Amino acid sequence: MENKQNVCNEIIRRSGVNPRKCMKCGKCSGTCPAYDEMEYHPHQFVYMVETGDIEPLLKSKSIYRCLSCFACIDRCPRGVEPAKIVEAVRLEVVRQQGNNHLKPNDLPEMLDVDLPQQAIVSAFRKYTK
Amino acid sequence: MKVSYFPGCTLKTKAKELDIYARRSAEALGVTLEEIENWQCCGGVFTTSNDEIATKLSSIRALKAAGDKGQPLVSVCSACHNVLKQTNAQFNNDADFAFRVNNYVKPDEYNGETKVIHYLELLRDVVGFDKIKEKVVNPLTGKKIAAYYGCLLLRPGKVMAMDDVENPTIMEDFIRAIGGEPVIYAYRNECCGGYITMESKELAAAKSKKVSENAKEKGAELIVTACPLCKYNLDKHAEDIPVVYITELLAEALGVKE
Repeated sequence: MENKQNVCNEIIRRSGVNPRKCMKCGKCSGTCPAYDEMEYHPHQFVYMVETGDIEPLLKSKSIYRCLSCFACIDRCPRGVEPAKIVEAVRLEVVRQQGNNHLKPNDLPEMLDVDLPQQAIVSAFRKYTK
Repeated sequence: MKVSYFPGCTLKTKAKELDIYARRSAEALGVTLEEIENWQCCGGVFTTSNDEIATKLSSIRALKAAGDKGQPLVSVCSACHNVLKQTNAQFNNDADFAFRVNNYVKPDEYNGETKVIHYLELLRDVVGFDKIKEKVVNPLTGKKIAAYYGCLLLRPGKVMAMDDVENPTIMEDFIRAIGGEPVIYAYRNECCGGYITMESKELAAAKSKKVSENAKEKGAELIVTACPLCKYNLDKHAEDIPVVYITELLAEALGVKE
């Protein structure tokens, strides 16, 4: 339990987010373009990190669904900036050795002749460390 | 005048039109884009975590290179611009981050003073849309054009500070300056799906289709963007509506395309 709280504290520190500012209106999730593909939604990330319920998030594919569009950051009426929490949770996973979500060997199948380099570097930046 | 220019990886490869027409049009408007030496890829997306260092060093070096010449740092790619500007903001708001990244540019240091501007801001604030209007030789008269901002040009609004984050006008004003007729539609600042196209074509397709269908519904014949990934996603998944780069349209209007 103590360890879980440490992980959450570290996530909060790293993100710079104060989850207590959240009034749970759900606007972040309402505007999230990846909502339909997420098991846990942005407002749930904020609440779960605040309450130390971190295990489900670390295991969820939801951390790879955030598109880094910053919509939740701009549209939150309380300035909570949920995307920063989502990112900090993802980093908790991918920074550990062997936990990269995207592997170079996966690449050939994903490429097509028009795919811009920007897509590849962005995916690597988000999914690996 | 001369400005420092950060083209970025995609403008050297899949989005050459964005680069070539940016340079040519700028020259025609009296601005030389001076590519900074030895630039490195920006990484495509900014990592918001405040303890990330390595992924932000290429931006710091680019910012410093422009700063050393006393020039603003201009980029056309929405993603490069976003990463450079957010990194600059973190440098200026977080002394600990500034101290740590400066360990990697020794013996000098970056002072945080470089102004990061997008090519559209160069057109609006340095050249001026009125002046562009005067220089147009092939106006896109009657052409109904939908400006696609996507995410990265505008957000986060308090950092990017280019325009009103929900009701932007810079691209529409640009379209007017080159003689076109801007089409306003709801999805112009919603996400195309971005890099999710790597592992979920379905999600990228769903997001892109909403954008292009909405633009078509409102009567657009053409979509313009400054982002190679937006263009890719729209081209791949969207309704049959052409998607072109802002710089290509500008070059066409200025008569410097060929």
